[in-house]
Amino acid sequence: MKAKRKLFHSYTFRLALLYALIFSGSTLILFYFFYLFTASYMTQQMDNTIEAEIQGLAERYDSEGLEGLTRLIAERVNRQQATGNSIYLLTTYTLQPLVGNLDRWPRNASINNDWLEFQLEVNEDTNETHLARARIFRLPGRYGLLVGRDVHQLTQAKLRIIQALTWGLAMMVLLAFIGGLVLSRRTVRKIERINQTARSIMSGDLSRRVKLTNRNDDFDQLADNLNRMLDRIQALMEDIRRVSDNIAHDLRTPLTRLRQHLEEARRQANPEEESANRLESAIREADSLLTTFNALLRIARIEAGQITAGFASLDFRTLLQDVVEFYEPLAEEKNQRLVVDLGNTIEAMGDRDLLFQALANVIENAIKYTPADGHITITLAQVHHEAVITIADNGPGIPEDERENVFRRFYRLDRSRSTSGNGLGLSMVSAVVTMHNGEIRLMDNYPGLKTVMRFPLRHRVETVDTSLPEAA
Amino acid sequence: MQLLIVEDDEATASYVQKGLSEAGHNSDIAAAGDRGLEMATQGSYDALIIDRMLPNLDGLALIATLRGRGNKTPALILSALGEVNDRVEGLKMGGDDYLTKPFAFSELLARLEALVRRNATEVQETSLAVGDLRMDLLAREVWRGETQIDLQPREFRLLEYLMRHSNQVVTRTMLLENVWDYNFDPQTNVIDVHISRLRGKIDKNFDTPMLNTVRGAGYILRESKA
Repeated sequence: MKAKRKLFHSYTFRLALLYALIFSGSTLILFYFFYLFTASYMTQQMDNTIEAEIQGLAERYDSEGLEGLTRLIAERVNRQQATGNSIYLLTTYTLQPLVGNLDRWPRNASINNDWLEFQLEVNEDTNETHLARARIFRLPGRYGLLVGRDVHQLTQAKLRIIQALTWGLAMMVLLAFIGGLVLSRRTVRKIERINQTARSIMSGDLSRRVKLTNRNDDFDQLADNLNRMLDRIQALMEDIRRVSDNIAHDLRTPLTRLRQHLEEARRQANPEEESANRLESAIREADSLLTTFNALLRIARIEAGQITAGFASLDFRTLLQDVVEFYEPLAEEKNQRLVVDLGNTIEAMGDRDLLFQALANVIENAIKYTPADGHITITLAQVHHEAVITIADNGPGIPEDERENVFRRFYRLDRSRSTSGNGLGLSMVSAVVTMHNGEIRLMDNYPGLKTVMRFPLRHRVETVDTSLPEAA
Repeated sequence: MQLLIVEDDEATASYVQKGLSEAGHNSDIAAAGDRGLEMATQGSYDALIIDRMLPNLDGLALIATLRGRGNKTPALILSALGEVNDRVEGLKMGGDDYLTKPFAFSELLARLEALVRRNATEVQETSLAVGDLRMDLLAREVWRGETQIDLQPREFRLLEYLMRHSNQVVTRTMLLENVWDYNFDPQTNVIDVHISRLRGKIDKNFDTPMLNTVRGAGYILRESKA
């Protein structure tokens, strides 16, 4: 299903369809003019023959009089008795028939410049009629002369031409469509190969490269350019990592020394309460700086995709239970209610310590910002191939235009500046979720904040998914 | 305790040595991996404090070599590499505990004492007792004097850990790692809340408190001096 949808949505498929349409359109125009000229030529030919014939008959009348003309018409009628499609009629000026293969002057005929079109009865029993076209001519002596043709065969011929053209067009559209399908499938597959590489690069494996086919076509050139771009990015990333590691190391070392000196001073200080307190708070400051550095380094490492070695099979239900159990006393202290609905076990691959940290950060925030007597709802559910964790509170929430910002490092809402925290909690959550190919969204809980985290359960898909395989 | 510090950073090494001597423990310092291995093999130490990144022979290789020779002296790895997989790797190579730099000295001391103690009592126990506080590990019951105390499963594990390390300082990180079995940094004082809940159950209706807070370090469970 998915592969099919992808095919129909693919750019090349649409392009092929467009080409097929343009091609069919232009062919249609070509066919139209071909038909128009052929058909009018055929009609013209017939008209010319009728014209010549009637001229011939008129000349005979001039030279041999009525008798000669009557004889000639009778001769011609006889000559093509059964099979022919010529129509002759000579009448008096009151249109009484004298000779010819038409038993009376046609009625209900449309007249246009001495040309008549009328329905010719060909079979009295079945009432079958054909369209006929005839030229009328007034002879001197006011005799009426009519020469025409049964147009049935001509009409049939035109119909055949239209049929042939229609079939031809249909086949062409079909071929163009199939061609488009084949072409786009091939292209989609090539693009999918690049996409797959891109996906594994996004999930942290920056060493992956798009394979080349040695055909040196447009796709190879694209892949080659992408690979070179990736080389460049990787090099830059390594530079940045080196620099940031150095910075962190260079800043951490003096901080550590400072901390050590403070601790020593505290141990040796006279037991005077005030100076001990001052040392204590200096140590706390150093600790909080170090915690910030550690968190920053950790987020950087997670985002660089370096930590996937900690991946193992885990159960989201157990994990959430543990987090909830860990934080329940804290919520109870604030007289908050934790409403927990976890459902079944959901197994997945992941780093349990980092996921615990991420969930802990979100729940900690909920407890911290929800006023006393509030309630926090924690749910876990499997929706399609995703584990969906929702943590909702009835606290003040986050304004809509701030919801993206809070994931930024060191970003803090104005109202939370007075509370403790380093502004890295949600950055960490976001990094951990992204590392697990998940997605995090902050929504309004009317009132309050609703945090929704979705984690794909890739290893389940193979056993549950019975839909069509990917386009191979 | 007799301890060996294998650390190439002079400042850190002397800081640790000084702290240990103030706590009444003797220690030697080795500034390189190969020297450390030599001293650990020849000397008789209660525990080793080993940095990961060392000149000549790195800390993990040092421990692996020691273990290969049958030396089971408890080793605490002290390292700036603090990610979970670094830890797991360190413990897999034969380390007994892992502490990330920078660290609080009280944390190091508490962990060393726990390590040495653990090495001494490797026997499987069925009951624990500290003063008049008794814990039956099989029936999962806790008594203080004649009163039975009702504990939640996690409170039971918390108290068990505290009782196994009675009369010695236990830090918050040690509790997180051993009682909750997760390695993470809570931003709040959640551990304190758990402790005060436990305290409410084992100390509240008794004259002398057993579970005490050690300022700037952690907690200690002590026999009540009644």
